[in-house]
Amino acid sequence: MAEYSFALSEEQRLIQESARKFADNEIWPAAPAFDRSGDFPRDLILKAYELGFVNQLIPEALGGAGLSNLDTALVVEELASGCAGITTSCVANDLALIPIVIAGSDEQKKRFVKDIIAARKFASFCLSEPGAGSDVAGLSCKLEKVDGGYKLNGAKQWITNGGVADQYTVFCTMDKELRHKGICCVVVPADAEGVSHGPHEDKLGQRASNTTTVNFDNVFVPESSRIGKEGEGFVIAMETLDITRPLTGVIAVGIARRALECALSYACQRKQFGKAIAEFQGIQFILADAATEIDAARLLTLRAAWMRDNGINNSLQSSMAKRFAADTAMKVTTDAVQVYGGYGYTKDYPVEKLMRDAKLLQIYEGTSQIQRVVIARELVKAAAAKES
Amino acid sequence: MAKILVPVKRVPDYEMKVKIAPEGNAIKTDSIKWIVNPFDEIAVEEAVRIKEAGSDVEVVVVSIGPEGTSEQLRTALAMGADRAIQVITDAEIDSDCAHRILAAIYQQDDYQLVIMGKQSIDSDANQTGQLLAAKLGLPQATFASKLEVSGDWTSAKVTREVDGGLETISVTLPAIVTTDLRLNEPRYPSLPGIVKAKKKPMDVVELSSLGVEVSPKVRVLAMEPPAARSAGIKVESVAALVDKLKNEAKVI
Repeated sequence: MAEYSFALSEEQRLIQESARKFADNEIWPAAPAFDRSGDFPRDLILKAYELGFVNQLIPEALGGAGLSNLDTALVVEELASGCAGITTSCVANDLALIPIVIAGSDEQKKRFVKDIIAARKFASFCLSEPGAGSDVAGLSCKLEKVDGGYKLNGAKQWITNGGVADQYTVFCTMDKELRHKGICCVVVPADAEGVSHGPHEDKLGQRASNTTTVNFDNVFVPESSRIGKEGEGFVIAMETLDITRPLTGVIAVGIARRALECALSYACQRKQFGKAIAEFQGIQFILADAATEIDAARLLTLRAAWMRDNGINNSLQSSMAKRFAADTAMKVTTDAVQVYGGYGYTKDYPVEKLMRDAKLLQIYEGTSQIQRVVIARELVKAAAAKES
Repeated sequence: MAKILVPVKRVPDYEMKVKIAPEGNAIKTDSIKWIVNPFDEIAVEEAVRIKEAGSDVEVVVVSIGPEGTSEQLRTALAMGADRAIQVITDAEIDSDCAHRILAAIYQQDDYQLVIMGKQSIDSDANQTGQLLAAKLGLPQATFASKLEVSGDWTSAKVTREVDGGLETISVTLPAIVTTDLRLNEPRYPSLPGIVKAKKKPMDVVELSSLGVEVSPKVRVLAMEPPAARSAGIKVESVAALVDKLKNEAKVI
């Protein structure tokens, strides 16, 4: 295990710097237009793809960047400071491919990961359903055994890149009564017969990130497309989310950091009563709290990523990190709008977008409430173990 | 295999506000963020593009400076250079010292081409490339906006940005080419590139081993920040504006 250190290595600084440049020069200037139109920033994301900002966690041998969780967290914070929606669409590929990396056979890794990355294609992770969000084990997308494989029926909701993906990683159940024990993971190409997707959702924030429903109507899935064993899907999904949760946390940190940078710069320029508003204590306290909480959120998320890299169970710490970072982003962006006053409430200034983007962080990849449930469960579990 | 030498200098980040040190003849360096001199970045990009265009080429980057300069070399390696040479010194280096050190490095190997920035954005001297060419007795093509190396690596065609237009010249190789802003747009180092850079060789050369004397011939006596810009005024009418442009600014 690495010694306890807050210093970044030379390589980590270079990675961070490269991502920061890309975010400042390419993402941040382009983000407002995509926010307005809701169009998918395909060219920009393909550019990110070339630079390795997509599939960062996927091993080099399969065509990814092969970064550690900590290094990926450093990159994702930078990308998110440019635009959280675009970043969510970038990270979606990792989320969809990790289940295959974790539990797929060598042949499946080649076909569903390596070939997809080599062709610069997109993949989507399909877990949520119209009737199953936080209650993952209650999902009802149905997988039935047929000759040579399965038949898949059902609908998936809030699928990032759902309308642009070439491949779906789908979690479905062979018997809803079995709850988490009945869940399977299968890979379905977007052009398979019976696969369709709904229109792009008209969202409050993160509008550049493509979000749709995906429908499966009697889709044939060969047995060779099932990842892991029958009934292993739930474990694969949870393992994947354990890996990606710190990344969701740093997306929140990236948004919050950008909001503070904007608020600081505005507070230094804006004059009232003959001086810059940054000189008023009322504004100073807002900025001071924001800086402190952003730093705390960053340290929590980096620690969760570091634990994962070092093979330490991080269920408690990654939930604490994601919950705190998401709530911090919401608070800091709301306060940034406050610092800008009336101007902040208009689309002529960047902070209202950051506030809209931040809201989603409290909802996706486990709501702030579900994170608290996990945190409490882990605490109680540890306390009970001590008692017995 | 042809070899291209690309000198890179670390300079303060142009996005940072520099402050003058108390001694009054240098900038404060304690909290400075260092970057690769942007013109040198263009030089690295050009060398890597020549390599990627299919030539059998090794791109060698070299930097002179304190230990931390390895980070700028690593950036160049991440962009695609093959190996790096780090000449470590804490001494003050002017263009004269730099060109003599670079000449010593050049002579250690068999290079066909040196591509370097036309100037660094900190001292802005615009001399090192020219001095190096003179010292080595090599042709020089400065302010390049286009560079084409012949297939047999005996000559290069260089388009130069000169006053009032462009000039295209041919130089025999080896030669020194200095880059102008429009030669290319440097790439961002990719994540796989950065990961690969870690494994690329970086030779450390002690300055003393090169037998080059480093006593700067040019000393900076004083530095001053530019005068603060005074506030603008509003004019009442187009006529008043025209009058001011004509009689005060004298631009029309």
